[in-house]
Amino acid sequence: MTRNDTPRANTQVMNRAALTKRIVGKLHRREAVVGGIGNSNWDLWAADPTRAENFYMLGSMGLAAPIALGVAIAQPERRVLALEGDGSLLMQLGCLSTIAARAPRNLIIVVWDNAIYQITGGQPTPAAQSGTDWVAIARASGIMQSHWAADEAEFDTLVETALTTDGPHLIAARIDAEPGRHQTDRDPVRFAQAFTRAMALPVA
Amino acid sequence: MTTAAPSHWPGEILAAFKAQDVRLVPYVPDNVLRPLIAAIEADPHFTAFPCAREEEAIGIAAGAVMSGMRAACLMQTSGFATLPNALASLVCAFQLPVVMVVSERGTLGEFNPGQAIVCRTMRPILDSMGIEHHTLTRLDECGFQADRALRQAFATRWPACLILSPLLTARPQ
Repeated sequence: MTRNDTPRANTQVMNRAALTKRIVGKLHRREAVVGGIGNSNWDLWAADPTRAENFYMLGSMGLAAPIALGVAIAQPERRVLALEGDGSLLMQLGCLSTIAARAPRNLIIVVWDNAIYQITGGQPTPAAQSGTDWVAIARASGIMQSHWAADEAEFDTLVETALTTDGPHLIAARIDAEPGRHQTDRDPVRFAQAFTRAMALPVA
Repeated sequence: MTTAAPSHWPGEILAAFKAQDVRLVPYVPDNVLRPLIAAIEADPHFTAFPCAREEEAIGIAAGAVMSGMRAACLMQTSGFATLPNALASLVCAFQLPVVMVVSERGTLGEFNPGQAIVCRTMRPILDSMGIEHHTLTRLDECGFQADRALRQAFATRWPACLILSPLLTARPQ
């Protein structure tokens, strides 16, 4: 079943690498960014591999938002972003209720929706086949400030609003099937130590 | 469902958390843990809240501990059994001192066959990843065990698991 009359269907298909660069370009206050498994964190790495406030998750699919929630609770003065794929979020939908219940003002979830399990060969997710709407789910879970980005200009506006007003915020963007081009170093202990040191620095 | 015998084991665990500066306690509820959860939620030192799934609690604790806030995740045996992937690929791979406190069901009088089987998987899972675990059985020892296990976890940056045996939580002491 394909639906043409949904809010999701009325958004442009964008590019994850380009949008990730737009996000990172707006970060000037040592914001924490947690990249979800695979392509989400490869594009985060490609946007700026020197950024110590990035955490590059490995195999714990679906845990980008919970990890970001832990950072947000520990450091309420720091903005914290989770960049998560639609298939990953589908594995851990309950975390949206947990996040809504805690209502962290400083947490931003970005959902990359390509409707496929891209890294395993592009198989469609069940959510794609059913027409699942991430923004509707997030709002129904209690994250009221949840929006689809219609195009790059609106994506910019939504990110800027999320960085400067009380959240939690969720931004969903439809993206194409271009794979991440620059894989992260496979060095989890270094990433954990660098991120820990970065989190010990005050918010700029 | 077992009912906790009157004892002060929750106070011993709570005191160890405080001594080791654990402040964040995400949990998935369990009947045996009820008095510990109630004591923690009544104490303003702690931020404690329920999660929809145990993996979430592990992710939250991982993010918090890298950001300067020590955490302990509370759960039941069957919930622990959902965790091997998160423990391997997040907690162990990144060497994060995430602490788990598991109330042990499936042994010493369990009525539910499913719980009895899943209980047998817990220690082999922990052992297979080299995660330090201690089974707390006696009121006069549990505070020392909890305090020392947490101290070692944070000092050596490695996860630890405290297993609350029915010998501690259900036996009159």
